[in-house]
Amino acid sequence: MNAPHAVSVLSAAATGQPSHASVLSLPPAAQTHVTVRGLCKAFGGVPLYADFNLDLPRGRIVSIFGPNGCGKSTLMNMIAGLVPMDAGEILFDGKTLKQTKIGYVFQNYRDALFPWLSAWDNIAYPLRRGGMAAAAVQAKVDALVALFEIRFDLQRYPYELSGGQMQTVCIMRSLATEPEVLFLDEPFSALDFEMTLFIRAKLQEAHLATGTTMVIVSHDLEDAVFLADRILLLTRRPTRIAEIVPFDLPRPRQPEAVADAEFVRVKAHTLAVFRREMNT
Amino acid sequence: MTRRWLPLLGPLLLLALWQLMISAHWVKPVLLPPPGDTLAHLVEVFTSGAILPDLAATLYRTLASFAIAVAIGVPLGVVLGSSEGAYRSVEFVIDFFRSTPSSALIPLFMLIFGITDINKIAIASFGAMLIVLFNSAYGVMNAKKTRVMAAQIMGVSRWHVFKDVLLMESLAQTFVGLRSAVSMALVIVIVAEMFIGSESGLGHRIIDAQQVFNVKDMYTAILVTGALGYGLNLVFLLAEKRLIHWSGKA
Repeated sequence: MNAPHAVSVLSAAATGQPSHASVLSLPPAAQTHVTVRGLCKAFGGVPLYADFNLDLPRGRIVSIFGPNGCGKSTLMNMIAGLVPMDAGEILFDGKTLKQTKIGYVFQNYRDALFPWLSAWDNIAYPLRRGGMAAAAVQAKVDALVALFEIRFDLQRYPYELSGGQMQTVCIMRSLATEPEVLFLDEPFSALDFEMTLFIRAKLQEAHLATGTTMVIVSHDLEDAVFLADRILLLTRRPTRIAEIVPFDLPRPRQPEAVADAEFVRVKAHTLAVFRREMNT
Repeated sequence: MTRRWLPLLGPLLLLALWQLMISAHWVKPVLLPPPGDTLAHLVEVFTSGAILPDLAATLYRTLASFAIAVAIGVPLGVVLGSSEGAYRSVEFVIDFFRSTPSSALIPLFMLIFGITDINKIAIASFGAMLIVLFNSAYGVMNAKKTRVMAAQIMGVSRWHVFKDVLLMESLAQTFVGLRSAVSMALVIVIVAEMFIGSESGLGHRIIDAQQVFNVKDMYTAILVTGALGYGLNLVFLLAEKRLIHWSGKA
């Protein structure tokens, strides 16, 4: 799990070469799952990303962190196919997005769940639509219930659940299809601290159990560092990679890990890079 | 305990005011019969069954118009709503006719359908259909983007995104439309029964009673019409609460 060479992000934004050239000339580093090559995106004529390259390591949790407006969510949403890119190529193990099963956890869990279905049916929905037999659906949801140690009644409707319970259901639903990559867009920003601790713990357990590659966008430095194997720090726009900070504290990390010397060091270093980027 | 009876206070006050207007001789009895007499007459027309054919005729026309409005309005609204360009291109026409009082179109409909029962149903279903269509279209257009994206990310087909998400999302707004539409259908049916040569219906009964100064019967018919409108609204409200249980909560 702890491959030392997995830091494999190539910041080639400054090369200025046409994107097709870099697509051809930049092979992915070993242990890479997702490759982003020659990504270009502009909003209203102002470039946000220009010839941006990135490798996301397999089976790791990568946090994306950066100044406001640098396009953290935009980058993740382009990889997830929710936002179209102007140019570039994104491949998952050499496959296109269409050939890849992905999961996505939205910041706004209330708007992401289907309120006409019970929590249980929400989790089962992608499985049923994927053509899975009823018995297999039951078994899969039961396994998720066991993994997440669910104690609330899943026959209730989403609007009858607390915010943390809704977000838990969202995460269970996104993991039900066993996605290759799970994207999480500020999954804690609408949760209280208690629920944040709970979901952090559950995400780690799910990650250990499934080995799913995860990408998390966070605006909270502690959240970003706590779960991450790699912290992807972005610059102001036009956005480049400021630094990839590795964080190899063993899992599962307990809430007390925030007092661990390594955690404190990585967080301080990340903050220093962030502040440097803010001021340039 | 006392709170439960609060809703009765308004009607009782109204009846008291009604009686006061008569006792104090503010209004001539030939224009306004005493409430006791009117309520007695109301009971009588129901026990004798005299009002039932009119009530049935109005109810039939209203529900028939409503059914036609739903059969055309919901599918058309959903289709238009799922393509914003399509809706924008006809938006002006819909808004224009929605803003035009349907009663203003009665002469036009008389030219087309003549003085028939079909005419009354046609004009009422036209007015109601615009409301249904407009609400269904907006229900689809205002579907939560996050829900649609959530379904797309799961890799479900476009048809299933439409059926499982867009259509379900539109239901709450559609039901708002259905409730307004059935009220609108009743309004137009009553007006049509008054002014398009009619042999039956509550509207016909009201205008007939007025012509011969049978005010007791006129007020009775008005009360029954009001109760019918209230009842229809209540039925749809209860159905909405049961079927669209998530409405207003998510």
